[in-house]
Amino acid sequence: MKRQTYDGVVLAAPVSVPYVRYSMETAHWWIARALRDTLNTAGIAPQDLDGLSISSFSLFPDTPVGLTQHLGLSPRWLDTVPTGGASGVIALRRAARAVQAGDVDVVACVAGDTNRIDSFRTLLSGFSRFSMDATFPYGFGGPNASFALLMDAYMEEYGTSREDFGRIAVAQRANALHNPDALMKTPLTLDQYMDARMISDPIALFDCVMPCAGSEAFLVMREDDALRRGLPFARISGTIERHNAFADDPIQLCGGWGVDIDELYQMADASPEDIDVLQTYDDYPVISMMQFEDLGFCAKGEGGAFVRSRDLTISGDFPHNTSGGQLSVGQAGAAGGYLGLVEALRQVTDQAGGTQVPHARCAMVSGFGMINYDRGVCSAAAIIQGACT
Amino acid sequence: MTKPLPTPVKKNPQKRSTVPTLPPVARSRAALGLAVAAARGAFALQHCEDCGAVQYPPRDACCKCLSVALDWRETDPTAKVLAQTTIRVSPDPYFRERLPWRMGSVKLAAGPVVVCHLHSEVVRGDTAEIVLKLDKAGQGVMVALPQKGSEHMQDDPMLRAMSCDPRHRRVLITDARSPLALPLAKALLGAGATTIFIGEPEDWRNWEGRAALAALENVDLLPLDVTDTSSVTRLAAEIGGKVDILINTASFLRPGGVLGGDTVFARDSMETNVLGLMRLAQAFGPAMAGRTADGVNSAAAWVNLLSSQALAPDTSFGTFGATQAAARSLSQTLRAEFSKAGLRVMNVYSGPADDEWHQPLPPPKVSPSSVARAIVKGLIDGLEEVACGDIAREALERWSADPALFERELRGGGS
Amino acid sequence: MSNAITDLVSALADGQARIVDLTHTLDPDFPVIILPPEFGQCARFRMEEVSAYDHRGPAWKWHNLTLNEHTGTHFDAPIHWVSGKDVPNGAVDAIPPEMFVGPVVVIDCSEGAAQDADFELTPDIILAWEDAHGRIPADAWVLMRTDWSKRRGTDYLNMHNDGPHSPGPVPAAIELLLERGIRGFGTETVGTDAGQGAHYTPPYPAHYLLHGAGKYGLQCLCNLDQLPPTGAMLIAPPLKIKGGTGSPLRVLALIPGETT
Repeated sequence: MKRQTYDGVVLAAPVSVPYVRYSMETAHWWIARALRDTLNTAGIAPQDLDGLSISSFSLFPDTPVGLTQHLGLSPRWLDTVPTGGASGVIALRRAARAVQAGDVDVVACVAGDTNRIDSFRTLLSGFSRFSMDATFPYGFGGPNASFALLMDAYMEEYGTSREDFGRIAVAQRANALHNPDALMKTPLTLDQYMDARMISDPIALFDCVMPCAGSEAFLVMREDDALRRGLPFARISGTIERHNAFADDPIQLCGGWGVDIDELYQMADASPEDIDVLQTYDDYPVISMMQFEDLGFCAKGEGGAFVRSRDLTISGDFPHNTSGGQLSVGQAGAAGGYLGLVEALRQVTDQAGGTQVPHARCAMVSGFGMINYDRGVCSAAAIIQGACT
Repeated sequence: MTKPLPTPVKKNPQKRSTVPTLPPVARSRAALGLAVAAARGAFALQHCEDCGAVQYPPRDACCKCLSVALDWRETDPTAKVLAQTTIRVSPDPYFRERLPWRMGSVKLAAGPVVVCHLHSEVVRGDTAEIVLKLDKAGQGVMVALPQKGSEHMQDDPMLRAMSCDPRHRRVLITDARSPLALPLAKALLGAGATTIFIGEPEDWRNWEGRAALAALENVDLLPLDVTDTSSVTRLAAEIGGKVDILINTASFLRPGGVLGGDTVFARDSMETNVLGLMRLAQAFGPAMAGRTADGVNSAAAWVNLLSSQALAPDTSFGTFGATQAAARSLSQTLRAEFSKAGLRVMNVYSGPADDEWHQPLPPPKVSPSSVARAIVKGLIDGLEEVACGDIAREALERWSADPALFERELRGGGS
Repeated sequence: MSNAITDLVSALADGQARIVDLTHTLDPDFPVIILPPEFGQCARFRMEEVSAYDHRGPAWKWHNLTLNEHTGTHFDAPIHWVSGKDVPNGAVDAIPPEMFVGPVVVIDCSEGAAQDADFELTPDIILAWEDAHGRIPADAWVLMRTDWSKRRGTDYLNMHNDGPHSPGPVPAAIELLLERGIRGFGTETVGTDAGQGAHYTPPYPAHYLLHGAGKYGLQCLCNLDQLPPTGAMLIAPPLKIKGGTGSPLRVLALIPGETT
């Protein structure tokens, strides 16, 4: 075993503040709401908050430092996780180690962003230096265009069809119909997916997430603390994180999980068959499909055949993105990197309500973040197990 | 096959002229190197001086060995197209008006992967030539061109927006008495310009060559004297809304340095070469800047003809050199001022012309027709800095390499 | 109580005396003399607006002017020419003001000039004029009428590859006028000399001889066709420019009115 286990550390108190398409409020406002709810769940007063991990794109000019004073918090431990779609898993693994080492007792991990009219455009403009220098001046298609190139190359390389990607989106919409907080509330058929207007070929309307405002949170603490507070919790079986993997690949057909996935399963003493629920980072179906491959559920290039042979809905044989995922719930900035983890925590602690997968105990969550230039740079994954209390 | 551009129709007087918008203009300092190369039509990328790695996007350190010794060098522009997309939705006002927009990902033979604009004749799997162009924001951008384009490939709307192609455009040449006027008018007409307005200063005195110009079809000789504010504003009031490209050929040159003379000729040359440029810019600039999105025959470029003495003087033409340096400086201010409208400022540098003032000098000298060719090519390529002739080319290179050394060399050192 | 001045004022008031403006409008497009390009050139008239009731000066409009002493309708002082450089009081600021008001006679050469651009004013023409109108009075301005001021565009300088072609005096004519003791000589053309005046001996005889003798010149005059051959008065005061060799000016003539 190369890495230490996370024995004695758990995560609990999942919170999703319902998303809205546009909000005049600030990231501070959204983060405050999620933080308040998660602390309330655990019966912790804000003044007693011990550790705080924040992910947000729209705090500017503040950082989480400013947020402590803004929200009247005095944590002994403060982290900022800027890895976008990978921020949930990465916040978890950092907080877990800090709790495990005794640097901190409880860490509130919170992600939130607002979405004003036109703020998506301004967010994109300042997203990264390479995107400012080398992608946005080329049609300003934003992530749609970047993922269109990946999807185009993926389809060309592996002969995958649009229908295959459509299955992912359609299944997630079916799941979302069980989630009252999902922004997408109408059923989606494969025909509708296929007939949708092109946004950036081959990316069509239902391949895209809807930018929105919202926040997500959970707590990381010692297991005995969770028990003392009477909180349902999940243990951490293993986690991985990787940045700028496969830099010499001309185009990203394989994410960074490919470097570390064996280590993840080894650490968790698990295999893909052991996973009851999978939450992938789904800003586009092509990335979810890539995760099916890179996380070991099927071989590289066989994602199309895989989705044709499996049922990805809550009641299916491969429950995936059970809340509806970002494709159907919405993408609330950095909170999109928490969505899967918070839903996974609900699933394995039997708190998922309408989207609950029966007997879900072991969940895998993967994150993917930051199209810095021509590809996503950050990847992360975690396996969590609900505790039988 | 690129379809040829339609001949522009007359404007609908009930419709507002489209307000110019720009593609994203913000860039890092390192990325400005792309614009520097694009401005002179070069394809240059960062090369690591220590390990030789070629990298893109521009960085502040080598992504292979972390060296900060990076050098912009001309690079093999061939590339394989890996992926393509057609953007149909964009929140950016400039691109939104121009959708759908094709872009793609290519792998350069030199190594890096480049996200670039795709010419309509380039598709995934092709081997393409990547060029650096200045876009409407004046920034250097990567464009994939077909290795063998069709007859009208220049009419591709994306490429057209990066170029100042005289085709279908109306051009004002400011001084008919310049030896350049006739070959330039002919070259522009040959390149598809629809109308050439030519300014004629002092129509009260005869000059040779007038008849040849007046005989050209689609050429209008109109009174214009760049030393006379009222003349400049009068012509701008008349035709300012129809000038798509302005080429300032007015120039006043007399030999002489600083000592042993007076300031009369110096003042005359300042009046023409420096203040003349300002008068033209003040009178014609705003209307041109307002028309950079005005359809096929939108305003596109402002062209200054400068001597390479703008960089460092030949001391036997010292006062002239001073005016060229001043005009170059003004052109840079003008470039910044016009950049908000996406109007290109192209400086064409040439060495001694084959004219009466350089008659005693040995060759090489620059013929008017070669300057005319350089201007038209520079417009088609959408350049900002053009050197015409060996002397100017060498001057620009030596000056870029080491301005202090170049000054000493011009003084006669270093033989 | 009446005196000569009140008489003149009432003559002007009742039309017995009239004023004729002999001046061209100062205009950027008005021709100036053209010299070989390696020589310094006569500045063209230029106006730059300093303000026009706007942010540059809210309640007023004014211009900066650029011009040569010899731009537009102008006066030549003796020191304009090398032959007159040492003439006492030869600069415009030193010329006694009495010189600016005086008698004027007009020699009509318009018919000849209409037929020949290089028409020459010769002693014979002057003598013939004197036969008709009497001897040219001492200290008078002599104006050569050619109707050249009515020419427009390139016809005014009438520049060809061998130089400009416009009428003017031969050296002997100037010598004759100097014998008469004239005050100055004026023309409608761009100079007091003929367009081809460089080819006489001495070259540019009007300039050379007149200014050498301390006499004055007037150029670019107009409306000479409105003046009587004799009996008129010229008012031609140049600007008082320190050491000036000439000056643009307003040239007025007083002529007898219609007799009633």
